[in-house]
Amino acid sequence: MFSKILVANRGEIAHRIIRACRELGVPSVAVYSEADRDSLHLTLADEKVCIGPPVSAKSYLNMESIIEAARATGVDAIHPGYGYLAENAAFARACEEAGIVFIGPTPDNLHLAGDKLTAKLIVQEKGVPVIPSSPAGVGSLAEAERISGDMGYPVMVKASAGGGGRGIRVCEDREMLVEEFPIARMEARAGFGNDEVFIEKCILHPRHIEFQILADRHGHVIHLGERECTIQRRYQKLIEESPSPVMTPELRERMGQAAVTAAGAVQYFNAGTVEFLVDGDGNFYFMEINARIQVEHPVTELTTGIDLVKEQIRLASGGELDYTFDDIRQRGWAMECRINAEDPDRNFLPSPGKIDRYRPPGGFGVRLDTHLYQGYELPVFYDSLIAKLISYDLTRDGAIRIMRRALEEFGIAPVKTTIPLYLRIMDDPSFKRGDFDTGFIKRFVPDEEDEDEDE
Amino acid sequence: MSGTEENAGRIEVRAPMSGVFYRTPAPDQPPYVEVGDVVKKKQVLGLLETMKVFQKIKSPANGRVVEILPDNEATLKDNDLVFVLEKG
Repeated sequence: MFSKILVANRGEIAHRIIRACRELGVPSVAVYSEADRDSLHLTLADEKVCIGPPVSAKSYLNMESIIEAARATGVDAIHPGYGYLAENAAFARACEEAGIVFIGPTPDNLHLAGDKLTAKLIVQEKGVPVIPSSPAGVGSLAEAERISGDMGYPVMVKASAGGGGRGIRVCEDREMLVEEFPIARMEARAGFGNDEVFIEKCILHPRHIEFQILADRHGHVIHLGERECTIQRRYQKLIEESPSPVMTPELRERMGQAAVTAAGAVQYFNAGTVEFLVDGDGNFYFMEINARIQVEHPVTELTTGIDLVKEQIRLASGGELDYTFDDIRQRGWAMECRINAEDPDRNFLPSPGKIDRYRPPGGFGVRLDTHLYQGYELPVFYDSLIAKLISYDLTRDGAIRIMRRALEEFGIAPVKTTIPLYLRIMDDPSFKRGDFDTGFIKRFVPDEEDEDEDE
Repeated sequence: MSGTEENAGRIEVRAPMSGVFYRTPAPDQPPYVEVGDVVKKKQVLGLLETMKVFQKIKSPANGRVVEILPDNEATLKDNDLVFVLEKG
């Protein structure tokens, strides 16, 4: 086991990882920007190091500053959390070169996970179904039109270097493609520094279902069941649950096997997630591998009893996987609501400010992962995710009832949050039936108008 | 939308919420506006980044830019004065 771990992140996930370190008895080092001096994760870590000014590019994304902090505190491992440097192959390599273990996938894994087209080709060769798409970067509109015509509309134009739902344009027909294709390339260049785009068939009424995987250094790969992540807004997940209401034991078996095959095909190491789209007929298609611990990891932890962050650390320190999904026995139902400091009544505009009133929920079946406390001032520089509220019960109905009750208990003011939206969803008959697709949220959000038109 | 206040031809454009102020659409590009520029109603004057979301700060009326108070990348508080325009 490691002698000391630096946590290269902030917010709830830094808190989450430091908790795991404490349970393992490994001292931890927290890093923080000048805007995070009052951050909760600093109070829980054994040491803390300021790594730069508020702007993320100069602190949480500053590789030199973080490696320097790691050297100065004498850690032998770095946990990157999610976001920031978590999927940065250059950072993982810089850690290696500094003689520090990067708690996560290998630099090659990270590189491949970022190169979605190549990753798809590799897993497709192993027989994992993939969404029909153009084989390589599409360089011209004429080529885009030909490919889209062949696969059939609707299609999506996607930035090859994109991620997190950004850099995607849906085209219903040829006319729309003509209009959107050049814009998609410009956006890709502006957003990701690379104007390569590709075309993918758009699956109608899809559900987004992903499988948690773990892999050790000896090539053992296991999965820990699925997470249902269909409820999204602008490709950002809002509610996740495990298991999925549409899963059957047979489909789980097939998809779990496909996830393990996909991970094995890329010689994956440590924790990761294999994302699939599932259509109304139960056909599933590989989308990508997320090479990190994910925001929604707690729903898997509650249904499997496995602490994924501790497993990441154990595997990174050379631990072996000596169990499989069949040994674990998935049990009960877990649901997570991502609570954002956003105003659902004002087109989800961010809502920064001081938390004057804070009353967290508790009780049976409630887990709360958050960095909030009474009097905390939400910095304007970072993401609006302020809490993950997770409920657990033996049945889905039970988990929804606990979630509803916990959302009602949760008091945060005067900052606006997405709690009222989730309360409405918990009461929705089709949500309760488990009947939804990725367009579900549109029923609750009046109009996805551009902020430009908010006169 | 940006808070505004008009009085005797002077228009104040204030920050709609706290955030980081940008005068340019991207680091390597020229500012949206300079002092002395004539601007149209709804023309973009600057950007405000709050929790990774970008909002446009737009001109509430036709006019001329008289003053730009914050520096590029300054952190603004809700309702901070950002631009002073002269009604035109």
